[in-house]
Amino acid sequence: MSSLIEVKNLSKRYKTKSSWFKTEYTEVLQPISFKLESKETLAVIGETGSGKSTLAKLLVGAARPTTGEIMLNGQLLQTGNFKQRCQHVRMIFQNAGDTLNPSLTIRQQLEEPLLLNTDLNIDERTATIRSTLQKVGLLADHMHFYPHMFSGGQKQRISLARAIILKPQLVILDEALASLDLSVRAQMINLLLDLQEQMGLAYLLISHDVDIVRHFSDKLMVIADGKVVEYGITTELLANPKSDYTRKLVLSHAN
Amino acid sequence: MNLLDVKNLSIRLTTSLDEILVVDRVSLTLKEGEFRGLVGESGSGKSIFAQALFWLLDDKWTISADRFHWQGQDLLRLPIEERKKIITKDVAMIFQEPMSCLDPTTTIGYQIEEALDDSEFSGFFWQRAKQRKQAAVKLLHKVGIKQHSICINSYPHQLTNALCQRVMIAIALAKRPKLLIADEPTAAMETTNQGQIFRLLSSLNQLKNMSILLISHELEKISHWTDRLTVMYSGQFVEAGTTEQIFKTPFHPYTKALLSSSPKLSKHLAKKTRLETLPGTIPVLQHLPIGCRLGPRCPNAQKHCVTAPQIRNFQGHLVSCHFSHRRDY
Repeated sequence: MSSLIEVKNLSKRYKTKSSWFKTEYTEVLQPISFKLESKETLAVIGETGSGKSTLAKLLVGAARPTTGEIMLNGQLLQTGNFKQRCQHVRMIFQNAGDTLNPSLTIRQQLEEPLLLNTDLNIDERTATIRSTLQKVGLLADHMHFYPHMFSGGQKQRISLARAIILKPQLVILDEALASLDLSVRAQMINLLLDLQEQMGLAYLLISHDVDIVRHFSDKLMVIADGKVVEYGITTELLANPKSDYTRKLVLSHAN
Repeated sequence: MNLLDVKNLSIRLTTSLDEILVVDRVSLTLKEGEFRGLVGESGSGKSIFAQALFWLLDDKWTISADRFHWQGQDLLRLPIEERKKIITKDVAMIFQEPMSCLDPTTTIGYQIEEALDDSEFSGFFWQRAKQRKQAAVKLLHKVGIKQHSICINSYPHQLTNALCQRVMIAIALAKRPKLLIADEPTAAMETTNQGQIFRLLSSLNQLKNMSILLISHELEKISHWTDRLTVMYSGQFVEAGTTEQIFKTPFHPYTKALLSSSPKLSKHLAKKTRLETLPGTIPVLQHLPIGCRLGPRCPNAQKHCVTAPQIRNFQGHLVSCHFSHRRDY
């Protein structure tokens, strides 16, 4: 049986300098391969500029990979085919409040992906929005509100609602938990775990907080300078890190 | 002797509609050479409180306090100009996002030299200029920047976030303050850089005997460095005590919930299990609950909680709750 997501030799490089005879490239992500099942979480840890956000961009289709392919349920995800891609792979960003359009109501924001990707009529759309808002712990009446009427944690829930409204299989959390307050973060983690259980979601968590990763993820990938330093089961990897980089990371969190 | 002794400081915000009590009777006592953490979630009024200590708030805000002593001197009796003079001489403040606090149009060197006191230098103007430059370099060395010549000639955008914060600390140190208020100095910084900044603050605290008031919303991250902690919720005082007291025996239900909501501190927790949290969200300023503001979210809340609790002191461990967890330990 094939995995939910299978990434083979995915890499990305940018052209930095080109002349008639020579073109120079910088490799931001060296070939990378991994598999992810449903209900599994892969955490990606690394410093800024290590290529972890590039990996997210490649998976979500915001950037074209230089080499490699992404298979979803054994089916190739084509680059540029956004209709296919955004039904299955969705993304949440760090500052959820900034990704919501302040001039649209929540209903309009959530309706947009439905209008673009599905053939539902207006009643079905309303029903979907209603049930999705309830799923993330908000009230159905919140759909008539504007983003400024919500607190930071609630905005994060709305952006989660927007991510899961198309019933995706992979959700990418790009530092989505980093800037939240402690209690809001715990609520959000609970919500994400519940949704994973209910909908069979797979998560790709990009983070630099070892404690959250330890609690939340099944597999862990450590990236430095575009290279995979270590990859394995989270608990085993954090218990005895093999590379110096990972050891340093774990130690800096120990105190 | 207490460096700073503030009792029942309240801050009101006057709007066109009504008056909002943003900070409700918060007390803070700081000893000399103390590393104190002030913890609260966003919207808990901790930054406003710190700015009120520095008298930075404008006319929209009214500050009242029962007691405001700085090194035994009652500041409330003095006119506001003198008050500000005393405070700005001995207290320095650093902010979050150092990049946006530094002037982008001038070099780092100029900005540090600007902060230096003119009366410290003597001689002719060229001698003074030289001394000034040396003092700036010395300050940079103090905050751990070794390549001073590069740093002095660069503009803020050429430096990293952590370096900018070091420069901000250098500027704050220029007046040799007795108290440094650090308002979320490591927000939006990487973990390794955060550690560097905390280590720098801690060494300044130990070597120079400078008191530090560190404001943060990340309880777990600062707990390693602080001697004592003060917790605030929604503008009200919650709990204060030594870091150990707060972590080992939290009395207030809010502190207890905060600690158990962090996966790091509850290590016995199985993987991927639900974390304990309080229901609901922080109340907005327009609709604050009466009495104890935690009331609607609190697991221990009873009818009595509509009256605000008095602060009680149990061997230096202060708590403001009618139904605290004190008897549980």
